[in-house]
Amino acid sequence: MSDVFSLSTIAELLPYVYGSLIAGAILGLLGGVIGPMIQARDLAFAVHGASELSFAGGAAALLFFGTGAAATGTLVATGSIVGSVIAAILFGLLGFRARDRNSAIGVILPFGLGLGVLFLALYPGRSANKFGLLVGQIVAVDQTQLWLLVAVAVVVLGSLAVIWRPLFFASVDPEVAAARGVPVRFLAPLFMLLLGLTVAMAVQIVGALLVLSLLITPTAAAVRVTASPAKVTLLSVAFAMFSAVVGIILSLTPKLPVSPCVTTVSFLIYLVCRLIGSLRARRGWGRRTVTSAAVTAEPVG
Amino acid sequence: MTTRLAPGTAGPASGRREAIMTPVPAAGATTPAVRLRDAELAFGPRVLWSGLDLDIAPGEFVAVLGPNGAGKTSMLKMLLGQLPLTAGTVQIAGRQASRGSSAIGYVPQQRSFDPGLPVRARDLVGFGIDGHRWGLPWPGRDRRQRIDAALAAVGAGGYADSPVGMLSGGEQQRLRIAQALITDPAVLLCDEPLLSLDLAHQQAVSNLIDRRRREAHTAVVFVTHEINPILSMVDRVLYLVGGEFRIGPPDEVMTSAVLSELYGTPIDVLRAGDRIVVLGTDHHVHHGDHDDIEVL
Repeated sequence: MSDVFSLSTIAELLPYVYGSLIAGAILGLLGGVIGPMIQARDLAFAVHGASELSFAGGAAALLFFGTGAAATGTLVATGSIVGSVIAAILFGLLGFRARDRNSAIGVILPFGLGLGVLFLALYPGRSANKFGLLVGQIVAVDQTQLWLLVAVAVVVLGSLAVIWRPLFFASVDPEVAAARGVPVRFLAPLFMLLLGLTVAMAVQIVGALLVLSLLITPTAAAVRVTASPAKVTLLSVAFAMFSAVVGIILSLTPKLPVSPCVTTVSFLIYLVCRLIGSLRARRGWGRRTVTSAAVTAEPVG
Repeated sequence: MTTRLAPGTAGPASGRREAIMTPVPAAGATTPAVRLRDAELAFGPRVLWSGLDLDIAPGEFVAVLGPNGAGKTSMLKMLLGQLPLTAGTVQIAGRQASRGSSAIGYVPQQRSFDPGLPVRARDLVGFGIDGHRWGLPWPGRDRRQRIDAALAAVGAGGYADSPVGMLSGGEQQRLRIAQALITDPAVLLCDEPLLSLDLAHQQAVSNLIDRRRREAHTAVVFVTHEINPILSMVDRVLYLVGGEFRIGPPDEVMTSAVLSELYGTPIDVLRAGDRIVVLGTDHHVHHGDHDDIEVL
């Protein structure tokens, strides 16, 4: 154990990764805030699709514009933002109902992922970037990427603060929201744009394969222990930030990559919340005992 | 208040027009909750209905009936300001119908929520207060008291903090009604609110609506394919069929003669106790417990 979790190594390396920790914290904040909305709109699979197409976008940027040694993190970041935003908006156009949307995403996703693999295979430059896009490269986060992340976070959080209430209403209850004058058709693509931006940023840090652990898992854990929208949002922010920051610190141990650290912390939080949630479901929610029918209606896993 | 029939559709109901005009429970009301004048709704060359004049008084309960595609849902969308009339005017509580008007409460069909959705009963009702406003939700004592009162009024206080996904269809529809009524609208629009509820819940939910319109003089426009659960409450029926319509009390519209003429084919309307059974419309059958009756 002392080989793997070496506290002294972590303490020595900590000063060098302040940038990564800040990036992780910002990303956790973004993921935690946007998570409840993803849950309410049933967009988990779209997030997965957008993150993999974000990888394809980054790979395309690397291949088409990254000739020679000029390939920078900024270029890949820009490519992945474009890929992710296009994917997110495309998925948004596929209809509100998850049933209609998911099969279309399932069709587009492997094609986009295949394109990304092809672009990377054709890219003649350094191969270090190849896996970075898939499984994250936060330790290598540079000043430019950090500022880009800050800018995106300000835009996304600022926009969400303005549209939060009607967006949540429209996500939970689209028909009634439309009847009450909420511009449902304007909010849907706007949210997909914000989601695409967030996903692209997360891809930079934890990689395309593991975005779900910062955008989906924290909220999934939070809804196990409370049904209050405000508490779910606060908890999911706390869980996501904790997973990102603690995951990065753990990864300073030699030979431990970032992604599994972040995803493991995130997953453990989920397990604990599930346990608490099942104890609570047995006692009943609120003042009312949950009927056995309601419990069996819950999806397994 | 006048009720005019569509041109060329003068049927048996029109002879008793005066009787049709005034089944108004609210006394001394001046501005009608809903006023339609020569209203027409068409999609391209297809006219759903035209020449529709209708005044709905505060507290009046109007059921909108008709087969699928006759324009029942479009009628609701028009009243909600989501679908503009192609001719004529529509007013809600004296003002032109507009999108998001607070003079309208809307109760949709029951649909299931995900059990993991982070929305409690009180949150769903709270959407009725400020869900459409920009910004972040902010808790307050006033807001909380209003929600508690609205929940209590529909008998939902016992599950105020339960996730909506864990409530039964009947409980969810009570919340919908609380949500729709929390702004004290002039009109309550209901789109098949009893669909997929069992008989006991159908009764409980329709009783809530009926009590509200008697106590607070909220007009009710109730779109349904099945009049029996609300038959005792309905003041007037607006029956839409393929561009034609009739307006009047159930006893005058729900007759073999009127419906036969509306559908242009022989229709039998039977009274079975306090129920109405309509025979002869293939896509549109009013039945209670009479599934065994052979229907053309």
